[in-house]
Amino acid sequence: MTLLLQYTLIFASVLVLVALGGCFSEHSGVINLGLEGIMVMGALGGALAMKYMSADTSSFIMIVVVILAAILVGMIYASLLAVACVNFKADQTIVGTALNMLATAGATVIVKAINTAENPDNVSSTMQYVGAKRAFLVNIDGFEFNWFMLVAVLALLAAAVTLYKTRFGLRLMACGEHPQAADSVGINVYKMRWAGVLISGALGGLGGIVYITAGVSEWKFENGVAGFGFLALAVMIFGQWKPGRIALAALLFGLFRALSNVYAGFGFLTALNIPGSVYNMMPYIISLVVLAFTSRKSRAPKSEGIPYDKGQR
Amino acid sequence: MENQYAIEMLHITKKFPGIIANDDITLKLRKGEIHALLGENGAGKSTLMSVLFGLYQPEEGEIHKDGVKADIRNPNDANELGIGMVHQHFKLVECFTVLDNIILGVEPCKGGFLNKEVAREKVMALSDKYGLHVDPDARIEDITVGMQQRTEILKMLYRDNEILIFDEPTAVLTPQEIEELMQIMKNLVKEGKSILFISHKLNEIMEVADRCTVLRKGKYVGTVDVKNSSKEELSRMMVGRDVDFTVHKKALAPGEVILDVENLTVESKMHRNNAVKNVSFQVRSGEIVCIAGIDGNGQTELVYGLTGLEGLKEGKISLCGKDITRASIRKRSASGMSHIPEDRHKHGLVLDYSLEDNMVLQRYFEPRFVDKAGFLKRKEIRAYANNLIEQYDVRSGQGPITMARSMSGGNQQKAIVAREIDKDPQLLVAVQPTRGLDVGAIEYIHKQLVAQRDAGRGVLLVSLELDEVMSVPDRILVMYEGEIVGELDPKKTTVEELGLYMAGAKKEGRKA
Repeated sequence: MTLLLQYTLIFASVLVLVALGGCFSEHSGVINLGLEGIMVMGALGGALAMKYMSADTSSFIMIVVVILAAILVGMIYASLLAVACVNFKADQTIVGTALNMLATAGATVIVKAINTAENPDNVSSTMQYVGAKRAFLVNIDGFEFNWFMLVAVLALLAAAVTLYKTRFGLRLMACGEHPQAADSVGINVYKMRWAGVLISGALGGLGGIVYITAGVSEWKFENGVAGFGFLALAVMIFGQWKPGRIALAALLFGLFRALSNVYAGFGFLTALNIPGSVYNMMPYIISLVVLAFTSRKSRAPKSEGIPYDKGQR
Repeated sequence: MENQYAIEMLHITKKFPGIIANDDITLKLRKGEIHALLGENGAGKSTLMSVLFGLYQPEEGEIHKDGVKADIRNPNDANELGIGMVHQHFKLVECFTVLDNIILGVEPCKGGFLNKEVAREKVMALSDKYGLHVDPDARIEDITVGMQQRTEILKMLYRDNEILIFDEPTAVLTPQEIEELMQIMKNLVKEGKSILFISHKLNEIMEVADRCTVLRKGKYVGTVDVKNSSKEELSRMMVGRDVDFTVHKKALAPGEVILDVENLTVESKMHRNNAVKNVSFQVRSGEIVCIAGIDGNGQTELVYGLTGLEGLKEGKISLCGKDITRASIRKRSASGMSHIPEDRHKHGLVLDYSLEDNMVLQRYFEPRFVDKAGFLKRKEIRAYANNLIEQYDVRSGQGPITMARSMSGGNQQKAIVAREIDKDPQLLVAVQPTRGLDVGAIEYIHKQLVAQRDAGRGVLLVSLELDEVMSVPDRILVMYEGEIVGELDPKKTTVEELGLYMAGAKKEGRKA
């Protein structure tokens, strides 16, 4: 039971972070389908930081540096989306898809190059961070508390306050709803959209490193992040682009994802004799079902996906 | 001597590729006056205002504020000079509250967080002072167009703007709301604001404006004192010729029933109730029947039901004796129904198609335009389009290959009228056919409607414009909350009586 709670919370943390990232980007008016790719890049940045920091670094510094590395790489990668979609007015769906394809392939190439440079026989795309990972964990009575859970909660609070209580949030949402209106009152729509995309890069990158350290101590970058970026998009839509609801949706999806890790621990579930892959499929199937029933009523930011052109009225 | 002008725009010239939108235009706005800017569509009014608001930079000429040369490079500069604008298409975020929309861009903050209480107090004070009633916590998507416009006005007042530009503010309002707006504008001027009022509606200009500057085809025609002028003079200045405001028709000679509607009930998509409730009426050949009413009383749904854009809940529709209740839109069109839709961009034209393709939208499948193998006969289509363009005087940049999107509103409407009338329909359904058009184009469209009537066709006109309702039709049916509450004879009734029916204050038991 503790294990289920632990996994639910850590997967929900990933989903919350990444879905909030999508939420900021979409509220600014840019659809971010590249979250999957941003997660991979953030994960790579974090994993490299863990690899190259000496094992005797203090936990605090380790956590801060890894988080910063993941955020930074995520933001740099997301700025590709911003340049293409905000400045050059490219189709956001296509750019997002391109980012996803590029990220997994790029990360694989980089990790393989590093591995073969260290040992010519090692051509795997796997990275290990057994030692460094310990910095994130605190064992409380068998429950492995992960500092990332706290980070996710803080990010959630910060996101809600930013969106609803600050000048920046009001302006950001205006740009996603009616950029012409925002422009007419002197708000720089391009800047706001850049800000939205960069925040989504930061949160997406952070989500990436949380995902690959959740439960495992090595990651095979060929696998990307197994569709978790898209799952986060589903969470965002199910959460109606609102931080509070996103958190609840993330917990629900996190629970189903956690089940696939720990179902063997529940007598009644093993007694059902369902193959393990069914549990692995659960979050994806649930997201299909949930979206099929709820997306009709969903209210996305009105102008998302439409490049803003000052000249057009 | 103190400068009596709040704004002087001197010798402004603004060119766009291939066109001079403003050619040496001078406009002087006195302090505390309502100054109307009159001109046909495409005369350069909006361009001139965009120059003043900093959206465009003029090639020549300068702008003076209170006698001092001003450099306006963007809307922020304009705002700092105290110039505010209510755009024709409101710039409001629909899912925000009224208050959020007003403060957007100039949000009061305390310690980094929004301080909405300060804003609320200021907005309420302004709202009281100028009689601009709004609910600050209502969302824009839930409130009436009139309240949305008051929100826009409050946006300007909240920013302490002294010079207020209204870009065709009455185009979207009901008669009552127009009345209110006129009063608001007078109040604003009384409090020392100066107003620039863009319009092509002569009645409104005669009612509120002190002076009026007229533009025609990008050129300055003149500025007149409104009280020493007349509607006729203004329209002559605007169009360059005399405009006939009366509609000339032959004597009424109704023939057989063309359209027979029985107990029509249509559901509203938005509100989940019946928007049209048990409505019955007939249209005969050789008459124009007008459905009048304030916007949103079921007219749109009634037309959707008639033309097949929306399914019926109950009722029966016959066209020339044939039951078309369940017929498809193409079938209805083939049976002799033509439709000039309310929203010409959504239902009238494919904006990114060429003019010629738009002309054959409902006929491309006829053997005349397509060969047996299924290929379009391009030459035939081109010839047909050229013919219509000439016959109906549809003006565009490149003739039949012009993109519909790039044409002016009046010519888009002419193209639709040409297409719909050339089908030689038995029944012409025209929904707000003159919306947003200038005097010349309105005169033209009215003539076409009357020509159809005189040729023995049935015409069903749906209109919100009182002038149109009183002058064009032979019979008026007033709709209120989805029901037909009265049938009036335009020759015998008055605008006041019509208004009472439209507002639901009067109702008559009508024979079916």
